[in-house]
Amino acid sequence: MVQPMNDIAIRADGIGKLYKLGARVRYRTLRDTFVDVLTAPFRARRNKDSATDATRTFWALKDVSFEVKQGEVVGVIGRNGAGKSTLLKILSRITEPTEGEARIHGRVGSLLEVGTGFHPELTGRENIYLNGAILGMKRAEIQARFDDIVGFAEVAKFIDTPVKHYSSGMYMRLAFAVAAHLEPEILVIDEVLAVGDLAFQKKCLGKMREVARTGRTVLFVSHNMTAIRNLCSRVVWLQHGKVNRVGRVADVIGDYLKSSSDSVTRLEWPNFAEAPGDEQVRLHRVSVGASDSERVGVVTVATPLTVEVSYWNNTADVTLNVCIEVYSLEEMCLFCSFDSPRVRPKGLIRSTCELPGNFLNDSTYQFRVLIVRDAGTIILKHEGVTIEVHDGERSVPYYGKWTGALRPALNWSTEVLSETQEMENVTADF
Amino acid sequence: MNPLQKETPPVLVIRASRGFLRLNLKDVWAYRELLYFLVWRDIKVRYKQTALGAAWAIIQPVMTMVVFSVFFGRLAKVPSDGIPYPVFAFAALLPWQLFAFSLTESSNSLVGSQNLITKVYFPRLVIPLASVLAGVVDFGIAFLVLLGLLIFYGIKPTAAVVWLPLFVLLALATALSVGLWFSALNVKYRDVRYTIPFLTQLWMFATPVAYSSTLIPQPWRAWFGLNPMAGVVEGFRWALLGKSGGPGGLLWVSVAAVLLLLTGGLFYFRRMESTFADIA
Repeated sequence: MVQPMNDIAIRADGIGKLYKLGARVRYRTLRDTFVDVLTAPFRARRNKDSATDATRTFWALKDVSFEVKQGEVVGVIGRNGAGKSTLLKILSRITEPTEGEARIHGRVGSLLEVGTGFHPELTGRENIYLNGAILGMKRAEIQARFDDIVGFAEVAKFIDTPVKHYSSGMYMRLAFAVAAHLEPEILVIDEVLAVGDLAFQKKCLGKMREVARTGRTVLFVSHNMTAIRNLCSRVVWLQHGKVNRVGRVADVIGDYLKSSSDSVTRLEWPNFAEAPGDEQVRLHRVSVGASDSERVGVVTVATPLTVEVSYWNNTADVTLNVCIEVYSLEEMCLFCSFDSPRVRPKGLIRSTCELPGNFLNDSTYQFRVLIVRDAGTIILKHEGVTIEVHDGERSVPYYGKWTGALRPALNWSTEVLSETQEMENVTADF
Repeated sequence: MNPLQKETPPVLVIRASRGFLRLNLKDVWAYRELLYFLVWRDIKVRYKQTALGAAWAIIQPVMTMVVFSVFFGRLAKVPSDGIPYPVFAFAALLPWQLFAFSLTESSNSLVGSQNLITKVYFPRLVIPLASVLAGVVDFGIAFLVLLGLLIFYGIKPTAAVVWLPLFVLLALATALSVGLWFSALNVKYRDVRYTIPFLTQLWMFATPVAYSSTLIPQPWRAWFGLNPMAGVVEGFRWALLGKSGGPGGLLWVSVAAVLLLLTGGLFYFRRMESTFADIA
């Protein structure tokens, strides 16, 4: 059966976006342009094949085509840099595609950030109106929903206080509340669920479900598979700027999670002569993976990991130890750990290290390797391996990004010290 | 049946813009409420956390007038067409400061609104337009001082005063037309930011604020109108102070110059609009 045209909410047809590298990195000054113009003839002579032109630009998106039907909630997934945000920016008309076109049937509201345009000097009330107008609401619409917004954000008491005096929680709640009451026919959302505390999180998700139920079309970008699973019926999987797959959530997400193409979890050098290092020590193998080697599938935050470093020691009876440094995506060293320095014989030596489950967060981690002589001199340094840790089942109904570089499960105990109805005259005496 | 599907929704086609672009002023009109809120925000926020508040709108032109009156009026004895020099200067300083302020604000407006431009769609023209309009409030406050001066010196405006709003409009149009060029250029070349204070200073000396355009010999006087602010300032004096003769040919040259600059600015701005989010 042929679908009638008005069944489609969004149709993307061969969308491509070309960026000039560096264009976003630094703004230009007139001097740069003058220099460019003056040096252009010389540059042209140097690189006749114009290879540099190709390397100075890149396609953030290429040939992206898909359809979203009216009332459908579609997730967009992909790794960092896959082009998700660029796609949303094009669909919300913030930037233009370089090629291809998208047809959108209906009024689009886009939410790439909450609190866009909030001014710290203005009061909560004033910011609701300003932010509402920026998101494309009419004044009458804002007025009609004003009480709902304030109620949702739970800031009624402070509505006439400048938002610079708000706590960050209040600020985010208010910002999300305005956005949540935006009611266009098509909603384009970028990872905005990750705000506020747990209770508020739950409320946001409820609101999102409500939006989805009223027949609105939603395009939803997230890293968080739990949220995608809960909200979306179909997903578009972007990889390196192209559509890798479009399909039902259950079908695509599993494959997406398994394709850990970004991480190099195992490196091995079979020959001493070619391995990284010098005549004293050379690496043989570095690997990181699930401790349970029988295990197949995705490494989640709950999976215990084993890091293994094997190396050849070429000097007899020297005191050596291995140290691993764990780095986050932001190149921050999170911690380092090492085995005890011992006198090692000449030969092949393996050190392994166990990381418990429920310790790392859902992110990508790099395990760099150091080999230390006499407990003080670094004689080998290697970039090591990386592993992507995925989100697992959560015991709490919170679907936002879990903040922090690590996510250790720690022991907690909570007890009720005394039960009271009236709080007015209570003092804590035991 | 779902109420959302009752009527066929409008179709929006998103593709690369090329060739001759229409100005889409209708789109700007559709976003007039946003324009209103941005103007309102600028006004509301301007004098927050200042001790003197809106008094600044008065202090600046009054102090400039005092300095001008002492140095140009008293010491240099610049002729002021038979009008007391303080009123003569103040009547020109008001539209000048409106222009200079609006120009500066609008030129920096896009760069200052990066957070909006990269996160939300709306016709970008709204941003410099709001900055220009927000200057009117300061002008209104300072205008009260001018009324006081007129009463003090016993000057009665003639019927020509009805033209005054048009000259305010011309000053705003001049600020917007230059502001459009500068704000768009500023996104790409931050040199603009450093050019503006310098440019407004030079421009003021090229405008008959401290002196009268009658100093310019007659055959050249109309060409002086190529600086649209000359037309505005002379028009202001004519409308308010009943200066005889009126700005004449000079004014028409100014109007033509502004129209040209504004049309060019609108098209240039429209052409650059699609790149703002990528390079801002």
